[in-house]
Amino acid sequence: MEDCLAKKMEITVSEAEKRTGRNAMNMQETYTAYLIETRAVEPQSEGQCAPVDSLWRRYSEFELLRTYLSVTYPHIVVPPLPEKRADFVWHKLSADNMDPDFVERRRIGLENFLLRVASHPVLCQDKIFYSFLTQEGGWREMVNETGFQIKADSRLKALNATFRVKNPDKRFTELKHYSDELQSVISHLLRVRARVADRLYGVYKVHGNYGRVFSEWSAIEKEMGDGLQSAGHHMDVYAASIDDILEEEEHYADQLKEYLFYAEALRAVCRKHELMQYDLEMAAQDLTSKKQQCEELATGTVRTFSLKGMTSKLFGQETPEQRETKVKILEEQIQEGEEQLKSKNLESRDFVKSAWADIERFKEQKNHDLKEALISYAVMQISMCKKGIQVWTNAKECFSKM
Amino acid sequence: DTSLAEVNSFSPSMPISPSSMINQYKFEDEPELRDLFITVDDPESHITAIETFITYRVVTKTSRGEFDSSEYEVRRRYQDFLWLKSKLEEAHPTLIVPPLPEKFIMKGMVERFSDEFIETRRKALHKFLNRIADHPTLTFNEDFKIFLTAQAWELSSHKKQGPGLLSRMGQTVRAVTSSVRGGVKNRPEMFTEMNHYMETFSQKINVLDKIAHRIYKEEREYFNEMKEYGPIYTLWSASEEDIADSLKGVASCIDKCCKATEKWMAGLSENLLPILHEYVLYSEILMGVLKRRDQIQGELDSKVGALANKKTEKDMFSEEIGKLEDKVECANNALKADWDRWKQNMQCDMRSAFTNVAENNLHYYEECLATWESFLASQTVDLHVEEDSEDRP
Repeated sequence: MEDCLAKKMEITVSEAEKRTGRNAMNMQETYTAYLIETRAVEPQSEGQCAPVDSLWRRYSEFELLRTYLSVTYPHIVVPPLPEKRADFVWHKLSADNMDPDFVERRRIGLENFLLRVASHPVLCQDKIFYSFLTQEGGWREMVNETGFQIKADSRLKALNATFRVKNPDKRFTELKHYSDELQSVISHLLRVRARVADRLYGVYKVHGNYGRVFSEWSAIEKEMGDGLQSAGHHMDVYAASIDDILEEEEHYADQLKEYLFYAEALRAVCRKHELMQYDLEMAAQDLTSKKQQCEELATGTVRTFSLKGMTSKLFGQETPEQRETKVKILEEQIQEGEEQLKSKNLESRDFVKSAWADIERFKEQKNHDLKEALISYAVMQISMCKKGIQVWTNAKECFSKM
Repeated sequence: DTSLAEVNSFSPSMPISPSSMINQYKFEDEPELRDLFITVDDPESHITAIETFITYRVVTKTSRGEFDSSEYEVRRRYQDFLWLKSKLEEAHPTLIVPPLPEKFIMKGMVERFSDEFIETRRKALHKFLNRIADHPTLTFNEDFKIFLTAQAWELSSHKKQGPGLLSRMGQTVRAVTSSVRGGVKNRPEMFTEMNHYMETFSQKINVLDKIAHRIYKEEREYFNEMKEYGPIYTLWSASEEDIADSLKGVASCIDKCCKATEKWMAGLSENLLPILHEYVLYSEILMGVLKRRDQIQGELDSKVGALANKKTEKDMFSEEIGKLEDKVECANNALKADWDRWKQNMQCDMRSAFTNVAENNLHYYEECLATWESFLASQTVDLHVEEDSEDRP
């Protein structure tokens, strides 16, 4: 971790700006651009600060970066991007992508993404990532030149395809199961939390109606007037306080959302492993059958049923020369196949080793982050309770003076 | 700390002295001088061929001389309470007779004989009788005494003696027609002010009633969602190892806050909502009282007006006019005194109701705070333990 980029470079997504432009189909579109600022963290002489570099990127470029990283490092649990569209909203929150609160939370999420990548021991060394942060023009072309797109398509197929692995790795099966559970439970949690927030908002806001009535009532009362009036003021304070409280809670929801999306990334690694395993099994199976074929041709016995065997029986045997050619081809293929199998096995073992290392790293990170998130949630609740106590203590005093 | 909870613990076999009941009532009117204690409890269902109805047990303990005995126990049904109220209004048209719970409840679709409905009604009937007992004039009303003491058949026969339904209807008709004409022109400033006050008060109390109900509804919806929220953390903890305890801790906090929310709601429904509702009814009662005063004045005014041009007949009717003038003066004084008393009680009731609400809310937040603070403490202890164990080789 000592060499990771995050330690050498300060990275922030400091601003968001609405832009209009023309898209690929020459139609006008509105989008938001984000300003990425970077500054080297190095001891400067005489307390000077390193200069700040900056460039603008839009969300789709972040998406391109992430796709590139996922494809190029399939054994890594790649940090997720903040959500594309506002999800799990409760009524006051806007589902509009252009809504300033959404844009603000997205800005924070994008910064968090960059910091995650920059502090990852493997990903931070990637040159495309570095260029993303520092090279304004020509970055898209650079990415495309890596030829990752081909891998991207096959990866997409892998993620969605259904196939059965005969000897699955138990650890990866368990991990995939865990990632499914995590996704399910976090999305359920976020949905209910949004509903709870909605209801709490309602409770607080209705109290705001007291203020006006108390004020109007106090106009006809002599002795009760002051108490009513000042109590009404506290009711207004109470009703207004929920806005900040729930805005803070959105940060908690965002922390959970990150791990909801992380679960997807975890699942992708498991699927990649499954695909490799399946490939390996297929390759081994293919080799075995070729070897068998070879043996049969060489010894002239037919142990297994094959259409070729039947047709040759029906329509006459091959000549010895034909058979020899076939054997030679098969022997070549077998040799190729054995080499391929060897390299595939090696690949698979490397994958498992490095994937598992990153998974352990991820697990620690996840446990640390989620525990902190839960603690910060408790802190928010405590703050809300303290505010409530203050308001109602004040209100009680006013009421007792009525 | 209110009397109502303790009422339920009374049983016929338990002798309770009037003096021991002094502490159990929160009415402001000189509790040390009370000599009449009434409880309404033990609702019972009665099924006859014609109808089904509920009776309530009314227990009276008194040291007053006018009562033959010091303790009475009778059963009354809602109809009997209605009768009592109308008799009191009849006898004292410009006194403020306390409100009765309504015949039917429209909103909420509460079933007529659901336990909730019966209990709400019982509490309101209890308050009704005690308010009458506290009233300096109404407490000595004869019909009130009969209501408290007469056996069922005695009450029935007494009821039949009074002016019948038709004559009561006639009174109402006269009241309506005369109010159209009279009382407003020569109305003393004081009563005009009272009218203006009641118009505004009535408006505001109705709005407050609606707001309070709305808050209750929102709290209930919040409670329903919270019930579902906590268990999800528990479910999650089943998939985790390292953070399972933290997740379970959060689940437990949320469940505790959920229970606190129930108390939060109960505080509102047992305390503020009934009081606001009573004062909604009171505002109608008071408007009625003011009208009746106007009507009494109207009788005088119209009589005086009719004789204005007939100087010769003035002497003949001077006695009648004198009586009417007395009637008006009595009515005005009675109303003025009762008004002041009502305003004092209203202020007291409102003060205590809203203070209770504030206290109730404080308890809610204090309970939730304690829950989350203890969770936080447990988490930070863990962190320190973890840090210590990491330092060790």
